[in-house]
Amino acid sequence: MLFWISTTLKVLVAIGFLAQVAAILLWVERKQSAMMQNRIGPNRATIKIGRFEIRAAGLVHSIADGIKMVWKADWEPTGGDHLLYRLAPIIAIVPALCLCAVIPFGPTVFIDHARDLYDPAWATDAAVAARSVPLQIANLDVGVLFVFAVAGAGVIGAALAGWSSDNKFSLMGGLRAASQMVSYEVAMGISLVGAMMIYQTVRLDEMVTWQMQNCWGIFVQPVAFVLFCTAAIAETKRVPFDTPEGESELVAGYFTEYAGLKMAMFASGEFVEVCVSSALITTIFLGGWQFPFVQLTGFEFHYFGINISWHWAHFIVVLVSFLSFCLKCVFLIFMQLQVRWTLPRFRYDQIMKLGWRMLLPAALLNVLVTGTVLLFLNSPGAH
Amino acid sequence: MPGKTKVMKKPVRTLADQSYLLEVVKGLGTTLKHFFQGTGQMVSGNVPDAVKYPLAEGIATISYPEEKRPYAERWRGVHRLTHRDDGSPRCVACLCCSTACPAQCIYIKPGEYPEGDKRRGYERYPVEFVIDELRCIFCGFCVEACPCDAIRMDTGTHMTAFDEKSAFIYDKDKLMSIVSQHGTQKSENPRHEPGEATHPGIDRLRGGH
Repeated sequence: MLFWISTTLKVLVAIGFLAQVAAILLWVERKQSAMMQNRIGPNRATIKIGRFEIRAAGLVHSIADGIKMVWKADWEPTGGDHLLYRLAPIIAIVPALCLCAVIPFGPTVFIDHARDLYDPAWATDAAVAARSVPLQIANLDVGVLFVFAVAGAGVIGAALAGWSSDNKFSLMGGLRAASQMVSYEVAMGISLVGAMMIYQTVRLDEMVTWQMQNCWGIFVQPVAFVLFCTAAIAETKRVPFDTPEGESELVAGYFTEYAGLKMAMFASGEFVEVCVSSALITTIFLGGWQFPFVQLTGFEFHYFGINISWHWAHFIVVLVSFLSFCLKCVFLIFMQLQVRWTLPRFRYDQIMKLGWRMLLPAALLNVLVTGTVLLFLNSPGAH
Repeated sequence: MPGKTKVMKKPVRTLADQSYLLEVVKGLGTTLKHFFQGTGQMVSGNVPDAVKYPLAEGIATISYPEEKRPYAERWRGVHRLTHRDDGSPRCVACLCCSTACPAQCIYIKPGEYPEGDKRRGYERYPVEFVIDELRCIFCGFCVEACPCDAIRMDTGTHMTAFDEKSAFIYDKDKLMSIVSQHGTQKSENPRHEPGEATHPGIDRLRGGH
């Protein structure tokens, strides 16, 4: 019973959050780019209630955009495949939403022991474990592999949109999206192999546990971190990897023929992807929900001969961990938007060269080096 | 004689440039610097006045139309017809401006002053003075051509965007109602009516006929 209630709640919160993400990130992106470019950004949209005017530093623009998107004419191209045309935005956004299911955003909550100090025996005690809620929607054994499988499905939406629009620009955009995403999927997957070898698992929650007990993934796999970040940005199809929609060449690429809410689904799907990829990078490389020096029992600092142990109640640890996860995600989203407004778009052939000639060999080399080092460390004579 | 030749050094692409990563970090550093500068200014309210200090560091937005960048004194705006002291137009209907106008947008119908008016015989007056502001190219030749300082473009205002074509045809009354950017309807050059003691030229009394 508890399982069903908690899972439903988690799903609702996650979907509800991701549905709002697009509106908020739209505002963040506009304001952030404005600040970067010595502008003040949008601030004219106003809600007037009597004498009061609400501008909320431009947040009202997101609402105005939403209203505009709803009321736009839902125009469809006369040619092309109508079923696929309507299906494509859904296929594009659903995988991104699904991805958040496997990301742990906090440690397991033991409801009966909220005010107690954490005890490792809880996890093995069947009675206590039955009354626990993992802060992760689906605790899958395949973990990262599920991420790759579902993220790979996202390309179908873009490709179908380009195909079914009956437009040469759309088709070119769809083709580019498909080839680009498939190329970077390869580099993305192989860049994580080194991390999986070190963590000895593909389960995301166990990856976080390993990082909590040892050190963050970015320190043991720095090369993989850079490669994965690059590939993740390429997967979101945003600048500098936005040739699939390159305005100067393809009007709007694969969603040229989309209007109103269908277009909004593609646009918000991009933002959801940014959000989810940030959560993924956090989980795999930045220690997930772990705050530096905070273990499940509280603040623990045992380095350089200094021993500080500050025990916290279980619910405080959970709260700190959850906030730490959010903070890391927000930082990564911020950095992704910053990259989007800093770098110019690559040429299409440059993207392909970067993917196949740089990222892929670097990822393979990373696997080789990691494997060699692990072999030496784990060999019987090493200790 | 051989001229001086400045030999430009060819930029070398180092490994750091080639790897691109370092340059990405540098670029991010630049944009982050601007981001924090701008955000700091917005949050603290220390946004520099972009109208007065257009080259100041930081946010440079002018919130048009609440704030406007002032035009130079000599900027050519919409025409106006200057007034005499008695409120009549200074224009003497000599047709110099309409002759000079390359766009042929000025139409003047000259008229004689009535018998007994002291200005009769010296000058005429415009019965109609029409400028088609849609044809006008704002070259300022009419202002240059005018011998009486009667037409000026010192209003500092743009052409308003009307929604019908006839609204762009400015007649005499409309042109005379427009003020300069300093709010005056007159000209700074003094006007001397014939018969006044200050009048520098020859007139009926001094000319002897």
